[in-house]
Amino acid sequence: MIKAILVFNNHGKPRLTKFYQYFNEEMQQQIIKETFQLVSKRDDNVCNFLEGGSLIGGADYKLIYRHYATLYFVFCVDSSESELGILDLIQVFVETLDKCFENVCELDLIFHVDKVHYILNELVMGGMVLETNMTEIITRIEDQNKLEKQEAGLAAAPARAVSAVKNMNLPQQIKDIKLPDLPAAIKDLKF
Amino acid sequence: MALRKVKGNLERMFDKNLTDLVRGIRNNKETESKYISQCMEEIKTELRQDNLAVKANAVAKLTYLQMLGYDISWAGFNIIEVMSSPKFTYKRIGYLSASQCFHQDTEVLMLTTNMIRKDLNSHNMYDSGTALTGLACFISGDLARDLANDVMTLLTSTKPYLRKKAVLLLYKVFLKFPEALRPAFPRLKEKLEDPDPGVQSAAVNVICELARKNPKNYLSLAPVFFKLMTSSTNNWMLIKIIKLFGALTPLEPRLGKKLIEPLTNLIHSTSAMSLLYECINTVIAVLISISSGMPNHNASIQLCVQKLRILIEDSDQNLKYLGLLAMSKILKTHPKSVQAHKDLVLQCLDDKDESIRLRALDLLYGMVTKKTVMEIVRRLMTHMDRAEGTMYRDELLQKIILICSQNNFQYITNFEWYVSVLVELCRMEGTQHGGLIASQLMDVAIRVVAVREFTVGQMALLLDNAHVIVGPAAARSSIAEVLYAAAWICGEFSQLLANPKATLESMVRGKVVSLPGHIQAIYVHNMLKLYAHIIATAEEEDDSEMIEEVTNLLLERLPVFVSSGDLEVQERASCIVHIVTYVQKCHKHGDKVGADLALLMTGELNPVAPKAQKKVPLPDGLDLDAWINDPPSESEEEEDDALEKEIFVKADSSYKHRKEKYEPSEEELQKLRDARRAEQASNPYYVKSSALSSPRPNHNSIQVDEIPVTAIDLNVSLKIPGMTSLDKYQVVDGWQDGGKKRHKKQKKRSKRKGQVSSSSEEEINRMHVVNTDIGEMPEGAHLSDDYEIDDRPEDDPHRALDINLDEPLSPNEVLPTRTHYEAHAQRKIESNNEAKLIPSEIPLKMKTRNKKERKEKKEKTKKVKKEEKKVKKKPSRDANLILDLIDPLKETVISDKVPVAANHINGIADAKNKEKSKSKKTKTKKEKKAKKEKDRDKPEKKLKKNEKEIDTLSRNRDEYEETNGTVTQEVEEKLAVPEPQPYSRLLAEDSHIRIVYSTAAMDGVMSEILVCIKFISQSSKPISKLQLILPDSSALKMIRTPGKLVFETGYRLFPPKEMGMAVFQRKQRQPDPQSELVNLPWSLDPGESKETQLSFTAEDVTIPHKLRGSLSYIQDGSSSSSDISLRLEFPVTTFLSGKTASRATFTDLLSSGQLSARSSFTLPNCPWSFPEVLEELTLGGSLAVVECVDQTASLYGRSLHGHHVCLLVKYQASHHLTIDGKSTEGILLSNALDHLKTTLMQKQ
Repeated sequence: MIKAILVFNNHGKPRLTKFYQYFNEEMQQQIIKETFQLVSKRDDNVCNFLEGGSLIGGADYKLIYRHYATLYFVFCVDSSESELGILDLIQVFVETLDKCFENVCELDLIFHVDKVHYILNELVMGGMVLETNMTEIITRIEDQNKLEKQEAGLAAAPARAVSAVKNMNLPQQIKDIKLPDLPAAIKDLKF
Repeated sequence: MALRKVKGNLERMFDKNLTDLVRGIRNNKETESKYISQCMEEIKTELRQDNLAVKANAVAKLTYLQMLGYDISWAGFNIIEVMSSPKFTYKRIGYLSASQCFHQDTEVLMLTTNMIRKDLNSHNMYDSGTALTGLACFISGDLARDLANDVMTLLTSTKPYLRKKAVLLLYKVFLKFPEALRPAFPRLKEKLEDPDPGVQSAAVNVICELARKNPKNYLSLAPVFFKLMTSSTNNWMLIKIIKLFGALTPLEPRLGKKLIEPLTNLIHSTSAMSLLYECINTVIAVLISISSGMPNHNASIQLCVQKLRILIEDSDQNLKYLGLLAMSKILKTHPKSVQAHKDLVLQCLDDKDESIRLRALDLLYGMVTKKTVMEIVRRLMTHMDRAEGTMYRDELLQKIILICSQNNFQYITNFEWYVSVLVELCRMEGTQHGGLIASQLMDVAIRVVAVREFTVGQMALLLDNAHVIVGPAAARSSIAEVLYAAAWICGEFSQLLANPKATLESMVRGKVVSLPGHIQAIYVHNMLKLYAHIIATAEEEDDSEMIEEVTNLLLERLPVFVSSGDLEVQERASCIVHIVTYVQKCHKHGDKVGADLALLMTGELNPVAPKAQKKVPLPDGLDLDAWINDPPSESEEEEDDALEKEIFVKADSSYKHRKEKYEPSEEELQKLRDARRAEQASNPYYVKSSALSSPRPNHNSIQVDEIPVTAIDLNVSLKIPGMTSLDKYQVVDGWQDGGKKRHKKQKKRSKRKGQVSSSSEEEINRMHVVNTDIGEMPEGAHLSDDYEIDDRPEDDPHRALDINLDEPLSPNEVLPTRTHYEAHAQRKIESNNEAKLIPSEIPLKMKTRNKKERKEKKEKTKKVKKEEKKVKKKPSRDANLILDLIDPLKETVISDKVPVAANHINGIADAKNKEKSKSKKTKTKKEKKAKKEKDRDKPEKKLKKNEKEIDTLSRNRDEYEETNGTVTQEVEEKLAVPEPQPYSRLLAEDSHIRIVYSTAAMDGVMSEILVCIKFISQSSKPISKLQLILPDSSALKMIRTPGKLVFETGYRLFPPKEMGMAVFQRKQRQPDPQSELVNLPWSLDPGESKETQLSFTAEDVTIPHKLRGSLSYIQDGSSSSSDISLRLEFPVTTFLSGKTASRATFTDLLSSGQLSARSSFTLPNCPWSFPEVLEELTLGGSLAVVECVDQTASLYGRSLHGHHVCLLVKYQASHHLTIDGKSTEGILLSNALDHLKTTLMQKQ
């Protein structure tokens, strides 16, 4: 079982939090903070497993994480999950994001956290792995987006126009924050 | 009105949406909280509006704020409003928000039951999907109970997407509503054989999760899983199954023996690291469970260790880490195999990665031998000096102690060395393990008599240099604990001190008062012991000068302790002051009291068995729960309170008073107290208990009891409670020679040998011997009689899921269905009848699912009555069957003889679709059903049918009535559809080798065919250097190296397009990208067979393909290689897959008119029976049976490029076979039919 999925950036700002076990908001923030402290002090060339923090987990739980450019993807799982399998799952997640957002960067996660949630929901359900086939995942997501578009129809057109105008004011500096390409970080791992 | 709406829409555009909110927060970094509270206000006004779009927008924003740590539970009701929106867009927002902030105790959830039910049953697949996902996050006990039935219904949905989600949700339902487990389990079990791999995998996932917590209830599933393990190629699922086996083997060693072989095969063949690793883990678990009695388990161990070494040597830190982790598991049972790799482990100690260093440390623990212990400890000590960060250093320290102390100091030959190591460790700055060191020191001093004198000397030194140990850095560490041990050892064994007076002086002076209270108390108490010893010796030597000196010293320094803030210290100190004063008085009179004084402290320490306290029998007639006095009335309680307060205040003031000035004005009070203390002091038991209960000061020292000193060894619990007492010293070391009661005054056990060291290693001479007695036990008590304790916490939901699943279901074990009040009465009658079990009298009652249906039913009362009559007439033999039909839920559970094939149900679920499609067939159907009813009346046929797989339809009866009029029996018989087996064709054969192959269209991976080639040796000599040469044809290509680098990461083996499930595909080798050569890396021993898999893509799947190639190999002994030419055939049916077949899609297809192409053929004299024809079509033709009635079947297949092929097979009694085909692609269809025709004819 997966107990929690956390995505935060290099400064510990949460970009996505999904807890499959109830914690109140205050506790959630503490967990994010603790996890960030645990993960961020590790070099990039050390292993991706971490015996869990004190707040989340216990002896049976592990933190399995990957660091992509400015973002940490952390999964807190128990011993029923395969460590290497979860690493692959994180990779599937990130690649799905990459497909859905076309060159995903931190900004996409910041402004479309809801969409990221919908994507995650197609991978993991209630703490259990639902699907690992990316083609299938993307089909489902596209189907749902189509459904949403149909519903929006003409009514949404003016709203889209307005948001397009709003988007033009997007401060330039945010645009510059980009996820460097994934391959560089990973290509030296091979099996 | 319309205008208002438009206006509303316009205004809405300028509301903040989620993007604006995020942007706003980013632009207001300094005043973030202010900005957010402003937004919250806006959201609150938005939520008050009627427009659902506005509300949804507000809820979306709230969800974002929740992530930032803001409580949004106040909006629970609004979230539910948004969830109930008919629009998918808003619904999704609502459910997301709910899944983020609702939990099982959220009160508004009780409002949602019906809404969620509606969503689950929605026509829109994604509505139900969203509801399922959301429910998985916030399901409560009530929801689980009320919706269990709806989730079960979704298990039979035509859509794999929903089935998959429903299966996963079941797990959550079980957790919250354990009663559902037994009725639902048969259905869940069926899903293990679902045609959709995703559903299958989900079912495996759920059962693994259940079985992990209560493995013994799932042992009976082992054969199913075993079959899955040997047949599946889905690595993700294999990993789960293999992990599950790891949990099951400890309970069933026979299973383990069976597992070893397939697992070792997997280890050899797989190149998926994740799978390899899990296999090794499970093999280890198996070997642990059957540690003896396996003929060649040494080979398996060697294989594991070998593979792990490869992992550890890998440059990838992840593999290294996991390798070490698995290695430590082997270590427990097979230390010798691991010890061979000491070099590797020591190397890992220098790794830059802390996690890896810690793992290596764990390993080191088990690698120690008598010869190596000193060397290893020395290395660890140097590491400790170098290590930065207290955490790692502490870990090292703990490991050193664990290594040395394991198994009652099994590996320590020279205890003087060990004591020096411990003393050395005291110098560690900022350690949290002071208590651990202290307990070790005491342990050694007490149990190793030979080294006691040395230890005492060291401890005296330690006391003398206390200021060095308790430096300024000691505030945050617990190193002061060692002084506790030092003081105690010096006091207890004062006769061994070289210079007792000097030690006493060093104890008295210095900053003792700054130490934690419990240490001060030990100091004070041991001062008395030292004093008594000094006085006794001085009296013997008539050294009155010494007596006076020491007495004065104590009288001068003790008042500091008397005014201590710690009660324990205070009490002991004032007691001792009075003893010393008394001694002084006696000496003035010239009386010798030394011997009397020493008597207070004499007596040998005896070990007490660890469980002795628990085993003390309760005396007859003692009721511990009875009130000693009458229970106080409430008013008395108040009085007590007042009294207590008073006491408290008084005590407090007097305490303060004393602290300020120690005045004789209090003498009277003091005298009383002292009298009591003197009495207590002479009672050794009193001291003990007070020491135990002495409040520990709140510095973060580790409680001595909690130190897991020998937690590693299961038999031996070795803990030393750090407390002093004269007679009752507990040395807790259990040996299994248990149960013997030892006599108290047994002295000097130094001659006893530790049983551990009685092994071959005994040759290494032990300089010192450890006392390893079992300890004292109450009469008749046995150390070994343990209580089995469920160590799961009380509130662990898995406790409730410990349910026996093999027991047949009783009639009242059904999922709660929604029933209305009037229906309730009906149900009662029903259950009464069930209870009576007089089948001939059972009226056929129906469960109504809701009011509407009920109304409909009333309209049809006449029909129903007719049915009832019919049923009543039926012979009693049918009763069980009918009972099954009454309750749609019991259909699968009552009779074990009725396993329901999942795909059968799939086909029938959507009654509406069926209505359409069936309209044509209605007539024939009616006839058939009528026939069936007749059949049923004949008992002998009935028996036959029971043996066949019988599918009982679970749909609503009403729906059936609509379609079929008067039909009552929703039983459809189906031929057992054979389990799809790899259908092998002969590829080539000569005198040495035989090669067969099978093909499979990869589901979900577009246009790819997996070819599995099996080489079977027919030679008497090994065959090696097998080489396949398969040049690509123009239309058929072998898949070679992966494309982009991006995906070449991790532990996956397949190129990018096969992401996901295919990621975990097992594959033996990667074809050489440069040429058509495929080198097979193994050799074939005589009689052995091995497999390899190749993947191909085809550009055109509508025509058959052929691939020519050859195989060369060398037979051992012959110098030249032999060649066989091969011809791989790919008939069009290769490209078909029937996995997505369901009746609904099938009928949809037929009615949609997409299937433009038609073709058919007839075989007038088919020599094969109908089942055989079907088998040929499903296995050879890769088609799936959608529906099969009597001698007619419809089949479905989909090509890799998405062409649909539908076949109708009719078989008449006169061996007349007709196959009609429809397809979206004419060429494909005609080629497929041609192929089928030829194969069917060839079979003749």
